[in-house]
Amino acid sequence: MNIVVCLKQVPKKDSILRIAADGKWIDDRDLSYEMSEADAYALEEALRQKEKHGGEVIVICMGPERVRQSIKEALAKGADRAIHLYDEAFDHASDAAGIGRALAAALKDEKFDLVFTGLQSDDYGFAQVGLVIAERLGLSSATIAMEVQPEEGGVRVKRELESGWFQWVKIPLPALLTIQSGINQLRYATLKGIMAAKKKELREVKAADLGLTADDLKPAQVIERAYLPLKSKQTEMIEGKPAEAAAKLVEKLRFDARVL
Amino acid sequence: MSEGILLFIEQRDGVLNRTSLEAMVAAQRMAAETGDKVSAVVLGRDVSAVATEVAGKKLEAVYTVTDDKLASYTPDGYVAALKQAIEQLSPRYVILSHTYRVRDFAPILASTMGKTFVTDCLCFRVEGGETVFTRQIFQGKINTDVRVQAEAPVFASFQAGSYRADLAEAGEQPAPIKPLEVEMEGVRLRTEPEAAFQETKQAVDLTQAPLIVAVGRGIKSQENLSIVQELAEAMGAEIAASRPICDNEWLPMDRQIGSSGQTVAPKLYLAVGISGAIQHVVGMKNSQTIVAINKDPEAPIFDLADYGIVGDLFEIVPALTAEVRKAKGE
Ligand SMILES: Cc1cc2nc3c(=O)[nH]c(=O)nc-3n(C[C@H](O)[C@H](O)[C@H](O)COP(=O)(O)OP(=O)(O)OC[C@H]3O[C@@H](n4cnc5c(N)ncnc54)[C@H](O)[C@@H]3O)c2cc1C
Ligand SMILES: Nc1ncnc2c1ncn2[C@@H]1O[C@H](COP(=O)(O)O)[C@@H](O)[C@H]1O
Repeated sequence: MNIVVCLKQVPKKDSILRIAADGKWIDDRDLSYEMSEADAYALEEALRQKEKHGGEVIVICMGPERVRQSIKEALAKGADRAIHLYDEAFDHASDAAGIGRALAAALKDEKFDLVFTGLQSDDYGFAQVGLVIAERLGLSSATIAMEVQPEEGGVRVKRELESGWFQWVKIPLPALLTIQSGINQLRYATLKGIMAAKKKELREVKAADLGLTADDLKPAQVIERAYLPLKSKQTEMIEGKPAEAAAKLVEKLRFDARVL
Repeated sequence: MSEGILLFIEQRDGVLNRTSLEAMVAAQRMAAETGDKVSAVVLGRDVSAVATEVAGKKLEAVYTVTDDKLASYTPDGYVAALKQAIEQLSPRYVILSHTYRVRDFAPILASTMGKTFVTDCLCFRVEGGETVFTRQIFQGKINTDVRVQAEAPVFASFQAGSYRADLAEAGEQPAPIKPLEVEMEGVRLRTEPEAAFQETKQAVDLTQAPLIVAVGRGIKSQENLSIVQELAEAMGAEIAASRPICDNEWLPMDRQIGSSGQTVAPKLYLAVGISGAIQHVVGMKNSQTIVAINKDPEAPIFDLADYGIVGDLFEIVPALTAEVRKAKGE
């Protein structure tokens, strides 16, 4: 069972995000980064499947130099090798079609049974890139996976539906699954793993290697303005030291809102 | 020439998905600006009841696509049928609600047609013949205005709750229901779906709780949960959580609030260390009074809170517990 995991690196969850001077993106100086949450679960699921069924786990990541840190973390956790799409031309891929096109091109000649992606990224949140890859490579697909069981002739997948409902579906291989956070419990990299990762293959791929130009990746969707959301409600902010604020809040809840 | 707006209507077992009506409002407003007309399309084996229901709205037509291969939802079936419907009707826009089902097939459909798909939008505006969609990034922390420069049709899905379903305009007379002929014979359905099920009987029914204290990832570890549990106890409230807390098994899944958990509307919803991502918010936004405690003044949860305290929950929650006890004369 060979499994490809698509990993994306995003600003850490607790980051304070500020709008960049050009008003089109966030100010990305002084940020720390980590794997997008669902992708970390996708990687963990691939490692668990490999431990049960054998095979190879290949991680693929498109992004600037800094993403190498997340790639190395994946290798340290047990992935066997990595592909890094690293080229200025890839910076132009900023919508799902472009990103998916580049990743699919890089996977075209790989031999795999399954591709895992996160169900959506924590930064763009398109919830599309996985299925664009599936469509371009002609893979069967299932989204929002909460359990994965390889079976004779395919894979059985427990999909999450809305409001606490689930559904099993069976699809043939090769297949692409988008993985939901919480499908498993994440592991930490061990010191031994970190040492072993140093010897693992990390292949760099340029756009030209895939026969792609910046023009091919030009987005059809362009962010023209990024801004903090407007408040929809008048929120009464309660100030003061913790004890003071707590006392004020209790009073409001008892006598104004009358809910306590 | 492409014209018109095609609205995807979602149904399961003959029951209309309410969020399709929300998307209908988006489509109708778009039509008012562009001068286009809105038509709807609904797929399934027998969709007459849903088609009739939808035909009461202000629509140019309700197109039905029926086939045995559409009896159960599969991505292959939906992509094949909708692709043909779209090719026959050549709309300028295809509008959908950003449901789990839409997440499962629409990106494939747009990709196979070589079209752009703007997902999970909040609203839009039309400007000099181009459409600018507003969508959230960074899990709702930042909004973006996205300009689309692409060939028709442009696909766009709208976030649950972005428009109010009850504002869908009714028509003066029922819209005509028109069956579309599509070729499904050669379509191979690779997915074998089984019946949908619920994991376990819900042990707690949070929908009946008048007071809810909900805890999120700001709590950091399972051991810390006790401070929130004490607050809930002092208030006589039920405890609930955001998804990561249940994913980590710090609290059982039946305590989860949000799109994949329970939907509640208590008298008081007190959110502790919860950022306010849309998938959480859809499960609690109709609460009567919402209180948020969060150290990040820009956390999206404050956008819908009635009362907010910016600060460290590890200081504020114990203080609050003490105040509640005091108020109750304990
Ligand atoms: C398809 C899908 C379905 C989903 N379904 C659900 C669902 O049903 N329910 C759900 O909740 N989520 C759901 N999610 C996940 C959702 O998108 C968010 O990831 C999740 O709600 C975040 O949980 P959180 O707010 O607890 O964590 P975070 O977003 O990490 O927020 C933690 C918050 O705690 C604050 N904080 C940290 N330390 C402190 C401190 N010491 N004092 C005070 N504040 C502090 C931080 O400022 C931050 O705002 C779903 C996602 C997807 C894609
Ligand atoms: N730059 C990237 N490199 C590798 N994988 C990516 C990249 N962008 C997106 N993905 C994958 O696609 C998933 C969905 O992303 P999105 O469509 O942006 O929500 C992510 O969770 C990743 O698994």
